[in-house]
Amino acid sequence: MALFTPEEQKRFDAGIAEILTHYPADRKSAAMLPALRLLQSIKGWLPPEGMESVASKLEVTKERAYEVATFYVMFHTEKPGRYTVDVCTNLSCSLWGAEKVLSHLEKKLGLKAGERNEKFLLRETECLASCGTAPCLQVNEEHHENLSLAKVDEIFSRLS
Amino acid sequence: MIQVEKVITKNWGKPNSHTLAEYKRGGGYGALEKALKMTPAQVTDEVKRSNLRGRGGAGFPTGLKWSFVPKDNPKPKYLAVNGDESEPGTFKDRYILENDPHMMLEGIAIACYALDAHQCYVYLRGEFKKQAEVTEAAIQEAYRAGIFGKKVLGTDFQLDVYLVRGAGAYICGEETALIESLEGKKGWPRLKPPFPAVVGLFGAPTVVNNVETLANVPAIIANGAEWFSKMGTDKSGGTRLICLSGTVNRPGVYEVPMHCTFNQLIYDETLGQGMPAGRKPKAVIPGGSSAPVMTADELDTAMEFEALKAKQNMAGSGGVIVMDDQTCLVRSLWRVARFYAEESCGQCTPCREGTPWQTRILRKIEEGRGVKGDVELLLKVASSIAPYPPIGLGNTICALGDAAALPVHSFVTKFRAEFDAHIDQKRCPYGDHPWGHFGGGRS
Ligand SMILES: Cc1cc2nc3c(=O)[nH]c(=O)nc-3n(C[C@H](O)[C@H](O)[C@H](O)COP(=O)(O)O)c2cc1C
Ligand code: SF4
Ligand code: FES
Repeated sequence: MALFTPEEQKRFDAGIAEILTHYPADRKSAAMLPALRLLQSIKGWLPPEGMESVASKLEVTKERAYEVATFYVMFHTEKPGRYTVDVCTNLSCSLWGAEKVLSHLEKKLGLKAGERNEKFLLRETECLASCGTAPCLQVNEEHHENLSLAKVDEIFSRLS
Repeated sequence: MIQVEKVITKNWGKPNSHTLAEYKRGGGYGALEKALKMTPAQVTDEVKRSNLRGRGGAGFPTGLKWSFVPKDNPKPKYLAVNGDESEPGTFKDRYILENDPHMMLEGIAIACYALDAHQCYVYLRGEFKKQAEVTEAAIQEAYRAGIFGKKVLGTDFQLDVYLVRGAGAYICGEETALIESLEGKKGWPRLKPPFPAVVGLFGAPTVVNNVETLANVPAIIANGAEWFSKMGTDKSGGTRLICLSGTVNRPGVYEVPMHCTFNQLIYDETLGQGMPAGRKPKAVIPGGSSAPVMTADELDTAMEFEALKAKQNMAGSGGVIVMDDQTCLVRSLWRVARFYAEESCGQCTPCREGTPWQTRILRKIEEGRGVKGDVELLLKVASSIAPYPPIGLGNTICALGDAAALPVHSFVTKFRAEFDAHIDQKRCPYGDHPWGHFGGGRS
């Protein structure tokens, strides 16, 4: 099966072309982060064939794309489940109950931090620049702060 | 009550403060117009005389940094904006981006004019979705209004600005790692020298400046260097954004004068509003988790570069984290140490091997399995990454090594009794409540 639907292929090609306008012509490889982000926004993760397409558009080896993809935690080289849940447990959040939020979610989702199932990937994460409105978490890229356990329940009751 | 003339936060809280129309209503982009009538050298000189110092962590004088860019280099010059904001305890740049992105964008335009740079990359940490949306919209507004593009405000100066989002890596806030990331690579810091101002992005001269640093530039040009420098201390002009978090009644971002002390920050009714009833501060991190921790009797120090340097400390990123007298400092340090182990890029042996080792020893002590000699071993491991004092002796390519060792040195030296108590009692004396007054969470 082809990686992209015709619709997605169009989005990918147009997206890459736009991104490349922002870099010197002999520095296509610099567009790697925006290009991988584009791929992930289309497919929900970075399938190997997709990384190959990115690599060939940017005129680098697929190993290079893979090396970059695996360096950054927001890039998914494995299918993550519908929701990636990142709970900050760094110092300022812990001083406002972050560990309680995490253990509440572990129970609720039946996962330990670092584990995934069909629907969720649950992770502990580092400071998200919400220390003044701690504790906080992100579901995919949606950011939630000033969390109480009741607020966590409410956020998750809205996820299908 | 602390008085401050607001520079960075003056528009926050006004409706639509993030829009071009609102920014212009307050005189926005007037400074750019003024700068374009000056020579680039005059603009740099003004910034030099203002005593503006970098707000990203190192406090380097901004005008001086700009003057390091070689004028005779035929390569293009670049400005890279550091909006990676990942230092634990730091959350100020995000509010500039959310509330007043044009103030930073005007600073960018003025800086690029001074540097003869025609391309700027704004690098925001990947998790900043909302901030990226607001900033991108502001960039597009600026293009449509003829502020960016082929003819900046109708002059012959050309400027393009492109927003790039990171993808989750603390190390990309380090300026050479940021440049690597902008070149589409993993964020592995480069050895310095050469410094980015000489060999940076695509091998060309590049200035890396923090979001807040650049947001100060329009006010300097509009009101003059003297106005700005007078506001501050001898060697540091302007005001400062401080991020207050941890155990205080009112955490938040506050714009304060340079001479404001930690005690004023914590207790002033317009700032932290004090500690919860019956609680006292025990330990305070002064400038992001990388800075050495301070004890309660050091808190009359000003939160400013020179004052902290005199105490073998650093003002860093302005992230102030308060731990009250019910907080377990072994647990706190363990969490901080874990962060650096997680974020080490792995290039240098002392950092790659030392950061997880520190973490393992701290975990052992916190869990009641520590034995005599563990604390000494911990200090030895920290010293092998970076001895202290003074700051800056790291045996590594980048300052993440120092950042990982400084908390260990300072927590252990200043609060040794807590570490020994864990070992003697074979347990954490704080039991199930290691996180202080608010550690149970919000209700
Ligand atoms: C590990 C590490 C992380 C850093 N993270 C940031 C950051 O998130 N934002 C930032 O502006 N500077 C950060 N810095 C400092 C930058 O290297 C650089 O000094 C700064 O961006 C320069 O800008 P300024 O002169 O305007 O402060 C970091 C430094 C290190 C060593
Ligand atoms: S000090 Fe640590 S983070 Fe910095 S380059 Fe070396 S290994 Fe990487
Ligand atoms: S510690 Fe959680 S957002 Fe900073």
